[in-house]
Amino acid sequence: MAAAVELRDLTKRFGDFVAVGGITLDVQAGEIFGFLGANGAGKSTTIRMMCGLLRPSGGSARVLGIDVAKDPEGVKRSIGYMSQRFSLYEDLTAQQNIRFFGGVYGLHGPEAREREQWAIEMTGLRGQEHRLTRELPGGWRQKLALACAVLHRPRVVFLDEPTSGVDPLSRRRFWALIDEMAASGVTVFVTTHYLDEAEYCHRLALIHAGRLAALGGVAELKQVFAGHAVLEVECPHPADALDTLSDAAWAREVAIFGTRLHVVVEDAERGAQQVQEALAATGNTPAQVARIVPSLEDVFIHHVEEAEAQKAAAARR
Amino acid sequence: MRTLWHVIVKELLQLRRDHKMLPLIFVAPVLQIVAFGYAVNTEVRDVPMVLVDQDRSPGSRDLVDRFVSSGYFTLVATEDTPRAIDPWLVSGRGHVALVIGPGYGAAREGGPQAGVQMIADGSDSSAATQALGYAAAIVNAADQERVRERVRLALAGGDVTPPGRIQLVPRVYYNADLKSRWFYVPAVLAMILMIMTMLLSAMAVVREKEIGTLEQLMVTPVAPWQLLVGKLAPFAAIGTLQVFLVTGVTTLWFGVPLRGSFLLLLGITQLFLLNTLGLGLLVSTLVRNQQQAMMAAAFLVMIPMIYLSGLIFPIENMPRVIQTVTYAIPLRYYSNVIRGIFLKGAGMETLWRESIVLALMGTGLLAIASLRFRKRLD
Repeated sequence: MAAAVELRDLTKRFGDFVAVGGITLDVQAGEIFGFLGANGAGKSTTIRMMCGLLRPSGGSARVLGIDVAKDPEGVKRSIGYMSQRFSLYEDLTAQQNIRFFGGVYGLHGPEAREREQWAIEMTGLRGQEHRLTRELPGGWRQKLALACAVLHRPRVVFLDEPTSGVDPLSRRRFWALIDEMAASGVTVFVTTHYLDEAEYCHRLALIHAGRLAALGGVAELKQVFAGHAVLEVECPHPADALDTLSDAAWAREVAIFGTRLHVVVEDAERGAQQVQEALAATGNTPAQVARIVPSLEDVFIHHVEEAEAQKAAAARR
Repeated sequence: MRTLWHVIVKELLQLRRDHKMLPLIFVAPVLQIVAFGYAVNTEVRDVPMVLVDQDRSPGSRDLVDRFVSSGYFTLVATEDTPRAIDPWLVSGRGHVALVIGPGYGAAREGGPQAGVQMIADGSDSSAATQALGYAAAIVNAADQERVRERVRLALAGGDVTPPGRIQLVPRVYYNADLKSRWFYVPAVLAMILMIMTMLLSAMAVVREKEIGTLEQLMVTPVAPWQLLVGKLAPFAAIGTLQVFLVTGVTTLWFGVPLRGSFLLLLGITQLFLLNTLGLGLLVSTLVRNQQQAMMAAAFLVMIPMIYLSGLIFPIENMPRVIQTVTYAIPLRYYSNVIRGIFLKGAGMETLWRESIVLALMGTGLLAIASLRFRKRLD
């Protein structure tokens, strides 16, 4: 089966600024594909190119086999898009929004009525459908936006930060909807900067400064620490400890997580001892040093640091 | 076609929801007509006049009588010396001063030449010009009458008859009393239509750009023309309703005659609306937000167009270069159409040229605007 989305060296430049610097990846049909990165990493730009909103500066994006740059209108009936900003008409009621978007997607007759009922059911808006959209709580509005984006049963759905600004419970429900869609064969391409949400995705792409830093399943990505151990260090002055340990050759990576430090070392036992000694020498004796299971955040930071180091090395050359 | 209908319905629903916009669309035109109909009056009457009569003769008294009875001047004060005039003009209690020098009466009776001076407050140049014109006519008429009288007396008894009197008999067509109200009130129709439809169309597209719904619409299969026609059609309808409203107030309330065909007016108005909607759309493709749209539409398009259209300031008085520029302004043609239909009863036989120009310019503007409006962000 052909991939639902194929990106080949997809590039977008705005003047001298490279927003997306050559991304190559495939997304399989029915997959929930997470696009993970910090704000400004190029996630939205990539999604907009895939929807035909922006013309790529280089490379290609194929959605359902259609080259989006060459035939942007060709894919529009088969894709759904939910932009980062809330983009329904706030001065229309929920029902009027559903009918309008159904209308512009070309739904009519019994199908339009059936999809309208489906949307009201799916968002849980039954009884509220005549309320103005601006009066609806955030979670509902987000679900309504999703419903409006998929009224025409698209085969590929692009969601750009769909859960930003939504409370945790609504986020959980929202992801349940995404799961359902994927189960019915819809390909879901979703960007997020919430690392906990990434765990819902079948596969992930980590993107940093417009480039692909890593690609794979969650478990697969955590494999980067195979042969290494991640230690969590609790000490009185974490910022000082960061300086101390960053200078140590045996500490492969050091990063602050809240009030603690995560240190990547070759060997758990010897590493713990080295941390203990190094910090004690500066009067910053750690209260605890323990080996932990690496989280996605550790993976993310590992790749970002690696990418930064490569960039610095390239600049030196 | 069905898609287009969905866009129109959505636009109308949003318009209906906007409780502040809706009254504005229909109250603003009426307010404007009333303002123009009552306040804007360029006819100069009852100009307050200060008199300095240094002659004090029967002749000078006759001249003063002629000024006062003309209706154009009202005597507010009499002073002894010209030096006393200044305070009256500075304070604005007097707008002109009539100074009759010594020897005026004697000159009328055959003495040496004498002068009559009129001093006018030039800070309001157009009113001053008109007052000076009236004054010159009054003085000349008095002078001529005396000349004729004396010629008649001199020739009395001889067999030579004095020359016959030749007088200009003015007759003004279409606006016999030269009422400025008749000139300005129909012009309001043109201004209202332009301001409303242009602003509404400029804002409607920019607003969707601002709130992000335009980006959402761009990923739907809706065609750009469906989106544009769907958005603009309701505004064309509003413009047409305003023609009814403004024509009603203009004719029924202000008594301005509608001598031509109302249907023709409606028809050519549609051609004019192509221009205003096209311009509004063009503005919306050039700006980022509603404030910019408002400023650009008002200061770059509408105000220059009103100044250069001949709607208020006569094109004949403009320098050659500027006169050439006015040919590029749709409002110029539409103001001809409106005044033609209202006051002259003009029909298609004289307005065909304006109609063709408006149709061509309108489709051109809409075409340029639609070409600039792409379903893309970059």
